[in-house]
Amino acid sequence: MKSCLVVDDSKVIRKVARHILEGLDFTVSEAGDGQEALDACRSKMPDVILLDWNMPVMSGMDFLRALRTTDAAPRPKVVFCTTENGVAHIRAAIDAGADEYVMKPFDRETLASKLQIVGVA
Amino acid sequence: MIAQRQMHAGEASALTMSALAALLEQRTGQRIAANRAWRIDTALKPIATERGMASIDALVAEVRGGGNAALADQIVDALLNQETSFFRDAGAIETAAEAIATVATGRPRIWCAGCSTGQEPLSLSMALTEREVEHELIATDVSGHAINRARAGRYSQFEIQRGLATMRMLRWFDQDGSDWIARPALVRGINFRRSNVVLDTPPGRIFDGVLCRNVLFYLAPDLRPRVLDAIADSLRPGGLLMLGAGETVIGQSDRFAPSKRFRGLYELVAPKPAA
Repeated sequence: MKSCLVVDDSKVIRKVARHILEGLDFTVSEAGDGQEALDACRSKMPDVILLDWNMPVMSGMDFLRALRTTDAAPRPKVVFCTTENGVAHIRAAIDAGADEYVMKPFDRETLASKLQIVGVA
Repeated sequence: MIAQRQMHAGEASALTMSALAALLEQRTGQRIAANRAWRIDTALKPIATERGMASIDALVAEVRGGGNAALADQIVDALLNQETSFFRDAGAIETAAEAIATVATGRPRIWCAGCSTGQEPLSLSMALTEREVEHELIATDVSGHAINRARAGRYSQFEIQRGLATMRMLRWFDQDGSDWIARPALVRGINFRRSNVVLDTPPGRIFDGVLCRNVLFYLAPDLRPRVLDAIADSLRPGGLLMLGAGETVIGQSDRFAPSKRFRGLYELVAPKPAA
C-alpha cells in the first residue's frame, strides 16, 4: 500500500483528499503547513506528497525547496494541489521539483490520473 | 434493449423511452444500455426546459414520426456517451503510437473512430509528434456537437487535467482564462469530421492504424461485425486496430488477429489466396 502525505491548511480539503486517496488504496497522513510536513517527512518519508501552495508558517514552495535539498531516498513524488492556476505558477512549481500539478477544484478522476502519471497509483 | 424496469425509472413514459431508443438506434446504431437509462432525464431535461416544454414526453413527441430533424439531432447528441479523457487507459496511446509508427511504410495515416470531443486524437498526435513521427489523423464522431468541440480544441480545467501530464499541457496548450486551448501545431495534422461508423463507408485501404475504442460496446451486437468489416476494408495490409480495454474482435470478426508484436492491438489478417 502506498503512502500519501496531504499538506493543506484547510481541514476540508484534507478531509476530501483523504477520502479520495483512501478509496485509491493509499494510507494517508496529514499536515497543516510546510513545517509540519517537513517534520512528518523527517519521521517517515511518504511515497507521494499532495501539496498546497499558500499556507501559514511555511508555504508549499518553501517546503518543496527544503525537501528537494534533502537526500531522501527513495525521492518522494510531489503533486502540487492549489488554486494558483496560472502558467507562471505551474512552471515555477515544476522548476522547483514538483512532479505534477493539480489545479483546484479537483475530483477523484483528476487526482487518480495525476497519481498514475507520477507512477504511484 | 432497455430493461423494462429501467425504462420506468425516470419521469419519461415507456412510450417515450421506446421512441428514444428507436431514434438513437436508427441514427447511430447505438443502444441505450440498461445501466445508462437513468441518464436520460438528466440529459434531456435541459433541452426540454430550454424549449419551454413541460416534460420529456412533450419533447420527444415533437420528433416522433420524423418531425423536427434539428431537435432530433440535439436529442441524439445528448443521449450519446461522450466520456473520454487524454491518454485514456494507461499506456494505450503510447503503445498505439509506437506500433503504428513501426508498421507504417511512409507517413502514418490513422483513423480515430468515435473520437468524441477530441482528447484521443490529440493524445495520439502528441505521442507521435514527440517521437518526431509526421502523421495524418482523421478523427470522426457521430455527434456534431462533439466534433465542433474537438475542432475548437478548447478544454475546461477539469478536462485538461484528466490523464494529461502537466509538462505536456504546458507544451501543447495555451491557457485562456480557466480553459486551455490546443496549439495549432498540435491540431494541424488532424482532420475532424462528423461521420457515422455504422452508416458511412470509410475510404478503402488507406490507414496504417485505426483506433475504435469504446465504440463497439454501445452498438447493437449484430452491427459490430459490419463495423469491424468496414474497418478491415479501410486498413492497408499489415494495418493495426486498437479497441477499448473491454472490447474484442473474438467471435465478431475473423479479419483480425491479436498482434504478437504489439500487446493490446489487432493485426489485419492477410486474405487467404483463392484455391
